[in-house]
Amino acid sequence: MTAPALPATTVAGLARGLAAGRWSSVELTQAYLARVTASQSELNAFVTVTAEAALAAAAAADAARAAGKASALTGVPIAHKDIFCTRDVLTTCGSKMLANFVSPYDATVVSKLAAAGTVNLGKLNMDEFAMGSSNETSFFGPVRNPWDIKRVPGGSSGGSAAAVAARIAPAATATDTGGSIRQPAALCGVTGIKPTYGRVSRYGMIAFASSLDQAGLITVSAEDAAMLLGAMSGFDPRDSTSVDREVPDYVAALDAPLAGLKIGLVREFFEKGLDAQCEQRIREAIAVYEKLGASVREVSCPNLPLSVPTYYVVAPAECSSNLARFDGVRFGHRCESPRNLNDLYSRSRGEGFGAEVKRRIMTGTYVLSAGYYDAYYIKAQRVRQLISADFARAFESVDLLLGPTSPTTAFEIGAKVDDPITMYLNDIYTIGANLAGLPGMSIPVGFADGLPVGLQLVGPHFSEARMLNAAHRYQLETDWHLRVPAAYA
Amino acid sequence: MEWETVIGLEIHAQLATRSKIFSSSATAYGAAPNTQANLVDLGYPGVLPVLNAEAVRMAVRFGLAIGARIARHSVFARKNYFYPDLPKGYQISQYELPIVAEGALEIVLDDGTRKRVGITRAHLEEDAGKSLHEGLPGVSGIDLNRAGTPLIEIVSEPDLRSAKEAVAYMKKVHTLVRYLEICDGNMQEGSFRCDANVSVRPKGQEKFGTRAEIKNLNSFRFVEKAINYEIERQIELIESGGKVVQETRLYDPDKGETRSMRSKEEANDYRYFPDPDLLPVELDESFIDVVRAALPELPDEKAARFVREYQLPEYDAGVLTASRELGAFYEEVVRRVGSEPKLCANWVMGDLAAFLNKDNLEIGNSKVDAAGLALLVARIVDQTISGKIAKDVFEAMWESGESADAIIERKGLRQITDTSAIERAIEEVMSKNPGQLADYRSGKDKLFGFFVGQVMKATGGKANPAQLNELLKQKLAG
Amino acid sequence: MSLTRKDIENIARLARLELAETEIPVYVDSLSKILDFVGELERAPTDGITPMAHPMPGLAQRLRADEVTETDAHQRYQRNAPQVEAGLYLVPKVIE
Repeated sequence: MTAPALPATTVAGLARGLAAGRWSSVELTQAYLARVTASQSELNAFVTVTAEAALAAAAAADAARAAGKASALTGVPIAHKDIFCTRDVLTTCGSKMLANFVSPYDATVVSKLAAAGTVNLGKLNMDEFAMGSSNETSFFGPVRNPWDIKRVPGGSSGGSAAAVAARIAPAATATDTGGSIRQPAALCGVTGIKPTYGRVSRYGMIAFASSLDQAGLITVSAEDAAMLLGAMSGFDPRDSTSVDREVPDYVAALDAPLAGLKIGLVREFFEKGLDAQCEQRIREAIAVYEKLGASVREVSCPNLPLSVPTYYVVAPAECSSNLARFDGVRFGHRCESPRNLNDLYSRSRGEGFGAEVKRRIMTGTYVLSAGYYDAYYIKAQRVRQLISADFARAFESVDLLLGPTSPTTAFEIGAKVDDPITMYLNDIYTIGANLAGLPGMSIPVGFADGLPVGLQLVGPHFSEARMLNAAHRYQLETDWHLRVPAAYA
Repeated sequence: MEWETVIGLEIHAQLATRSKIFSSSATAYGAAPNTQANLVDLGYPGVLPVLNAEAVRMAVRFGLAIGARIARHSVFARKNYFYPDLPKGYQISQYELPIVAEGALEIVLDDGTRKRVGITRAHLEEDAGKSLHEGLPGVSGIDLNRAGTPLIEIVSEPDLRSAKEAVAYMKKVHTLVRYLEICDGNMQEGSFRCDANVSVRPKGQEKFGTRAEIKNLNSFRFVEKAINYEIERQIELIESGGKVVQETRLYDPDKGETRSMRSKEEANDYRYFPDPDLLPVELDESFIDVVRAALPELPDEKAARFVREYQLPEYDAGVLTASRELGAFYEEVVRRVGSEPKLCANWVMGDLAAFLNKDNLEIGNSKVDAAGLALLVARIVDQTISGKIAKDVFEAMWESGESADAIIERKGLRQITDTSAIERAIEEVMSKNPGQLADYRSGKDKLFGFFVGQVMKATGGKANPAQLNELLKQKLAG
Repeated sequence: MSLTRKDIENIARLARLELAETEIPVYVDSLSKILDFVGELERAPTDGITPMAHPMPGLAQRLRADEVTETDAHQRYQRNAPQVEAGLYLVPKVIE
């Protein structure tokens, strides 16, 4: 890609330069916008680029800095996954159903990050309604992995991961319901964090599965994630599931030494299914942790293998209900000349939703329906309790769990679209954390046949500070997180 | 074949909160379409519900008033179906764990007997919007102002056995929710709606017959007529060899019949599940204690107290406690008069009620206030005027707004209580009517009334009736 | 768990999703496979285990003060509506 080089590529680095006056927010924003334009036909990471608004916000940030009113993130460009409502800007959720939807309001995440001074470059492509693990279900076409454009970036936050990996955005917001931040981060060689359920507000985040969805970040480094997570976290009175709990200073906690850190390796994560080279990278990463002073032991979470079937009852059930509001009446796609009410609903929804979304709506409708509710939905919620208990028991003896994020590296576009189950199994290591509401991260730990491999960290509720610390110390020892695909260097 | 009717009522009462149950939009009636519908009410992508504390308090107040168990842990559930007035495609309601569990109310039937009617449960839910069909050819217009208004759904046990019982129960609930100030009970505006589940079974059979549900009955009269029609319909159907179908029906007040709702062709599978956007409602003892302490005196308690304190018959106590305002009005009159509670009751239930009805006013807007009426009654008690004259004075008070004293003074209506004055009048009448006097004295007792009338006429109606009777008896006797 | 064509048609009707004739067998197949897959859950020992509706146990619903804080913004909101007249959202006639 021919586009301007960047003076720095981490949020921390850009912020330092802005503060020192080495560059302006307008210059940065222009550089990133140029990179976005140059990469778009190849990566298709963006759905909407808000160039004019971004430059205006950048100018305002520079003015604020000149007036002595800047804070750490003032003037830093970021981009938002197109699942977050952005006022007066198209918010599509990767779907034809919302291809014409201009949101009248900002999600809390969006307004918090704007209030912290960030500049929004635009809206990032994603699997339709966050349902997917490859960003192949988007109405706006698949996103490509910057490491190998024949391959998927992962999903559903494929646009976020690709954009950060290609350094066309310094950082991106993203969401994770079954692994949609961690898995694409792993496949694209970048850092991703899904916070504890309730840590970040869901208000304005288009709902997929309400008891599993969480907003998070994809960044170059754990340090960047710490800076941004602090700005976007916190209690929101508009979200009843938002937890009223103080947000720690994640940045201040980054440098603590890891001596004494107890790491658990979940036995069930190293059973069959994990690619051998990926496993090798994971083991090497764990050795680095031991060198840093952590102790490692095996733990068992015997119900974890049931996490994917559990998820594929609970998530479709919730989404079948959450997506009922898309009916062509108040917003969104409406079919031409509806003959009657049922026709309005059925055709608008039939036309507006893609195949995977319809599949999940139907699965969810089925498992909630009379006669099946107890056998499927209630059963799944009981298994969810068992899985959560497994994690809680593990955390009695260890501080963090480490393991693989994804069973393989990035696969080819089109390779898995025909078989839903194979696609679903991509999330086999990540789903458990969503079911239990636990925070999780993925950090790059090397390559297998030239493709990035990610290490997953899972912690107890509200242990983001410790997780970010563990990730950061690893990133001081290694430089996997700084690697950039040659085409985007 | 002798038939028995089984009826259960589901009442939806809109709670009188300022804001909606899950959003901070206003609940006021009558606003222009969609001007009280925010993003949460409209079911926009990304919005979330937050529960109104006052709605919870009002539900608890109701539960305590019917002696029900208040659930310390209750859960909101989604009821999923598609309809244009339901923006999210689901209604947030309560299913397995409602906030109020079993309670009961006592109703009084026409013959004076009392009957206990069980209430299975009461739960919180959100109201839907409205569909408008007039003046819109081929389309319906959706107004979502009402979407999200808090409702309490009150479900009775199938304990009612006639349309009259059903109406008595509905009226009892209506009075109670207004007493509790949780609902304004305005049926024309849709604040208080009733669905009736009606079935019939052969007398003596234990098993219930198949029931039909009649929806959205918004007046006591319609409830009675609709149920009676439905009972007839079902009996005729069964007796002619047919079967009652479990279905939803609407009452057509113009035709006086119920008919099947065409749009609900198939039974809806609502796929209830706990709403993941809302956490369980956990109520502790102190929350419930605060609500309990603030409960007003309930209608039954107040009526019983009126019987005790004012020695009123049950019927009077019932009428006077039909609303909190009326009860308060009555007690204010009694307090000011300081005596004669039955006389006060007669005036409130009689003349005052008649004039309120005539002008279509509620007690709160009465043209004669409690102080004004009390003064009038006091003038009867202190013999300034007779009860009969007082009626004219009241009418003048109502029309002019003047006080009783002012009218009595202005029209010179003071009662004549001076014995010699009355005697003089009697003597004059006796001397002017020698024929009737002779007839009376020879045994025609009925002429007593004639003499009373004549003396009253001579005194401009102002002779004290009791004194007049006494003195007239004496003088006529000779 | 083998679903039939009728099953798919019923589910699609409940969910108000119009499916093309050619799509139906595809969904019969994939939904049957998914239900087989999640059918594994049957084996899990869940006697006496409470269903977990929320990932954070022990939290209670917050109660909001009864205040009106919203103002009328219907003109802005209705810019997104496909068919609006006199402030009303229009749909094909609803017969009651």
